[in-house]
Amino acid sequence: MGRVSRAAWIYIAAVVVAAASVVAPRLSGPPMGTGWWLSLGVLMLLFLICDSVPTPLAERQSAWSPSSSATLAAVVLLGPVGAALVGAVSVLGLRRKLQPAERVFNGGMSAVSGFAAGQTFVALGGRIGLPRPADFPSIVWPFAAAAAAHVIVNLGLMWGVLQLTRSDGPRRIQMESSVPLLLASDLGYAALGLVIAALWTVMGPFAAALVLVPLFVARWAMGQFAEQRRAYGATMEALCQAVETKDYYTRGHSERVSRGSGMIARQIGMHADRSEAIMFAGMLHDVGKLGVPTKVLQKTGPLTEEEFAAIQLHPMRGLEIVREIGFLNEALAGIMHHHEKIDGTGYPMGFAGDEIPEFARVIAVADAFDSMTSTRSYREARRMSEAIEELRRGAGSQFDPVMVEAFIAALHREGWRLPERAAAPADRQTVTAQDHDDPTAPLRVIDSL
Amino acid sequence: MAIREADDRLPSWQAMDSGRLLLLAAVGMLVVAAVAHTAAARLTEPQTAIAFGSVIAIGELLRLRQQGGREAAPVATAAALAYALLLRVGALPGSQPVPHVAALQVITVTAVGMTVGALPHMAAGRPAGLTGMATRLVAVACVAFAFRPIAGTEIISGPGHWWIAFMVMTVLVVIGWLAEAMIASLIRADDLGARFSVALWDEMRIQLPLGAAVGVSAMMITFAAEVMGLAGLAVFMGPLLVTQVAFRRYAGISATYLQTVRALARVTEVGGYVESGHSRRVSRLAVAVGRELGLAEADLLDLEYAALMHDIGQLALPDPIPGGATVLVSIEDQRRIAELGADVISKAGVLDRVAELVRCQSWPSRGHDPEPPVGSRIIRAANAFDDLVGGSTDRDRTAAALERLRLDTASEYDPGVVEALSEVAGKRLASRLE
Repeated sequence: MGRVSRAAWIYIAAVVVAAASVVAPRLSGPPMGTGWWLSLGVLMLLFLICDSVPTPLAERQSAWSPSSSATLAAVVLLGPVGAALVGAVSVLGLRRKLQPAERVFNGGMSAVSGFAAGQTFVALGGRIGLPRPADFPSIVWPFAAAAAAHVIVNLGLMWGVLQLTRSDGPRRIQMESSVPLLLASDLGYAALGLVIAALWTVMGPFAAALVLVPLFVARWAMGQFAEQRRAYGATMEALCQAVETKDYYTRGHSERVSRGSGMIARQIGMHADRSEAIMFAGMLHDVGKLGVPTKVLQKTGPLTEEEFAAIQLHPMRGLEIVREIGFLNEALAGIMHHHEKIDGTGYPMGFAGDEIPEFARVIAVADAFDSMTSTRSYREARRMSEAIEELRRGAGSQFDPVMVEAFIAALHREGWRLPERAAAPADRQTVTAQDHDDPTAPLRVIDSL
Repeated sequence: MAIREADDRLPSWQAMDSGRLLLLAAVGMLVVAAVAHTAAARLTEPQTAIAFGSVIAIGELLRLRQQGGREAAPVATAAALAYALLLRVGALPGSQPVPHVAALQVITVTAVGMTVGALPHMAAGRPAGLTGMATRLVAVACVAFAFRPIAGTEIISGPGHWWIAFMVMTVLVVIGWLAEAMIASLIRADDLGARFSVALWDEMRIQLPLGAAVGVSAMMITFAAEVMGLAGLAVFMGPLLVTQVAFRRYAGISATYLQTVRALARVTEVGGYVESGHSRRVSRLAVAVGRELGLAEADLLDLEYAALMHDIGQLALPDPIPGGATVLVSIEDQRRIAELGADVISKAGVLDRVAELVRCQSWPSRGHDPEPPVGSRIIRAANAFDDLVGGSTDRDRTAAALERLRLDTASEYDPGVVEALSEVAGKRLASRLE
């Protein structure tokens, strides 16, 4: 949540007061039996354990953990007040890195949404208590409505607090793009709540223990997925660095182009999956340079036609290397065409305007910007303002103006980590004399005529 | 992993090995008997049978590929096991007796559901997956034959006896799971030339998490059905699908990871540092030798990564070594390439064992202190073999290369590794001649 403003505190306090006001009067009413309290305790425990399990589909958002199944089981078994009490224990959430304000808000939000779900269930004729065979299938409708109410109230309260605590645009875009998936997983877990209630009729509180097995297996698989993905990114980065060792001055170029492409992708509201793919494409855009002989890269004078052709071929070489990577379909086009220009004078195909794939138009901007703001053997790094000026000048002829403006906006919002100032290397063998990415210093080619 | 290649050759009847044929014949006969029996005796509780059969079909449609190309159908297996373990539908213990559903009816419903679910796969041009279905059906049959006769007894289904039923079901599900793992690893060992004990251990280790989720889900469906009736089955699809999504993403990223390392290992070829196809040939050979020596799947994966990237250190050299044949360059250069390569790989921070294998590949296999790990010894021998033979399938050239490696087993190469290598090379030549 970051810093908590006064408005956010008032909002959180209002949610907590609402939660307390729905629970308090019922508890002062006729006392509940010991069985009720025992079930409440078990469901609270289940809620806490589930709350520490992030869902497969969204690791961060607290509203979407499988704990909703405990709340919805409480709706059937214990009624609105029980559901609110079960939700309220998220104050004690086992997940670390939660600020006190987040904990208090989570408790209030879950209690209010639990209560709302319970009231919906009762209002539509759901019977509170151990479900019996005769209750089915009629109980399914009030239960489904309760689950929907739970999601809607949760989402609404969450949306409100996000409005008050977050100001930056792109994260909201990302959240919106994953809402359908979140809803699907939440409905899946909501259904589990009804199963817990039904199993309770047969096996009592043991039902709660049994439910944990599939949940933890799903969590395990998701943990493995996250670990593999991290390992994957790190390996790719290490291999790209290895490719860059051939040229002292371009070290870190792949990583920065990847980051810049990601910034543009988020700024223009690209879907999360595509943003990820474009970051990989940015990382890999120059692997084909390895096919260019070192002596060509290190040549100081003008290039011969053949040497220039060897450089123009590098996107194709890159494509040849990464072609077999299955997931990168759109990314392949980005790598292949990242040196095309909007006016059709680029290479390797000479595509113009919309013929150039979107990924390539994004990567081209980040690529040129990083080249200009890095030190080269023939010049010092340019200042960012100069590089931006240069991008604007090239918009419409070399670059897609939309991508240029998106990049500049993203730069203002997120900033840019400039490469460390490269001191002249001791080893002259790893120096490139000309940079094919630099729009301010085009490659010099000997006129064959 | 070389497993993909094994999967890619579609099993035609001639090419199918005896183990697979035996399994298909046995399961086929069982299914014919079950269908005949069920047709003669009529379906008991047809509504329930149709509901479970439909969920099995849907689950079979949503098959899942796990690590190493293993196939699973968690939703279908959970539904089939639940049907085998079913007590009452929409009636609490004591209210009415458990209907008599024969084990053969369970097998019929499962087989029909699986077949219907496999049809869209075939229509889309994917393999029908007969072996996978037969293997899963064996697990279901084990549970059904053991549980159906006792399902109606007072001790299992009486009021308050849920915990006895639960324990019996747990034992049976574990037995069914073991049977499935054994058959799958027998077939796998046969396909890949791996040892059965190693294949079984790998199979159990990889299938355990999903197997636990499927088994517990099956029991939950069974007990929930007593209260919820068939609605429970539909409701259960939700959580099972969430689990399936998690596994699918895990398998997907693992496959992409391997593809990417395979692809990027080719940068040394594109850069002219090594002969075209060298990394991939060395990795295939190294994995085959490792399997011959009984390495577990996790070690084989490390070995494959290390073999693919064993020359990556050459990228740090200013100019390619002529021909790129590392067996011919000086010991110091070999060592430097290995060290540089290991540095590159360990920068990733997650492949330390792979980096270690790459680092130690330049050590002589014998008499070096400390002794290089077996993976490094394999890569050393496989690399030398490929440098000498290349992509050639010439019998004399292969024999000469093996002879040269054998002569060096006093210090350079591990004799056990060289023997396994000649075994693998011999098999390859034989399969090419066929």
